[in-house]
Amino acid sequence: MGFSATKDRGVYIVHVDGQLIVGNRQELKAAVQEALDQGERKFLIDFSRTGYIDSSGLGALVSISKRVREQSGELRLSGLNEDLRSLFELTKLDTLFSIAETAEQALGSY
Amino acid sequence: MEPTAALRLCVRRRRLPGPSGSTVEVNLRVPSDVGCIEEVVDLILRHCCSGSWSSRRLRFNLRVAIAEALANAIVAGNHEDRSKSVDVHAELFADKIRIHVTDQGSGFDPATISAPLDPEELDRPNGRGIFLIKNLVDDVVFNPQGNSICMTLRRQ
Repeated sequence: MGFSATKDRGVYIVHVDGQLIVGNRQELKAAVQEALDQGERKFLIDFSRTGYIDSSGLGALVSISKRVREQSGELRLSGLNEDLRSLFELTKLDTLFSIAETAEQALGSY
Repeated sequence: MEPTAALRLCVRRRRLPGPSGSTVEVNLRVPSDVGCIEEVVDLILRHCCSGSWSSRRLRFNLRVAIAEALANAIVAGNHEDRSKSVDVHAELFADKIRIHVTDQGSGFDPATISAPLDPEELDRPNGRGIFLIKNLVDDVVFNPQGNSICMTLRRQ
């Protein structure tokens, strides 16, 4: 379980490995905040290696999205499998986020 | 910070259903530490989900529901007080799995919790946990005090 960050075509990409849950959500928030503080404005969070997300994880994404918007940045999500996508649909968060099938598709849309 | 108490596990397997009708019972005493959630979820799935219970969707729904219930119990119920613990009791039946999660807090009224589903509320970071549980399992019951949740997931 953890996060790894890369940069591609000017986009700061965070890969979530394992789970995004109450026990590690602060790490993700801190990673994005640090990048924001360093001037990054285009963000992609990729879930292609993620098993599950709990409500705290969803809440963390909502907070991150708000912070990025406040700094005139853009946040996109990618790589949600069918199960994870169902969580976003259930909570209607699919209407709040820009979600791409793959990281590659997301990178092409900034 | 106080040292974290160890997680305690007791598993009972029966060849034939026991008095309650279950074939597997798992009891866990979990320290009030969110770092334990993943291990507890894995333990319950390992002992209760095999054979026809191993479908991807069932495992996913169970994973999220258990993680939500545990997070509520540890954070909202026990306020992460390391001197308190959370009891988890899982029972596997032929047609369903039932999981009780009980904390040592004063309880809450689940009717007062509403999920932020309206467009103007989507920015709210919390309030989705109970909503998710109710949507991912077939039956949810709280005890009158509101410090224990019983979740039942049926085999489709």
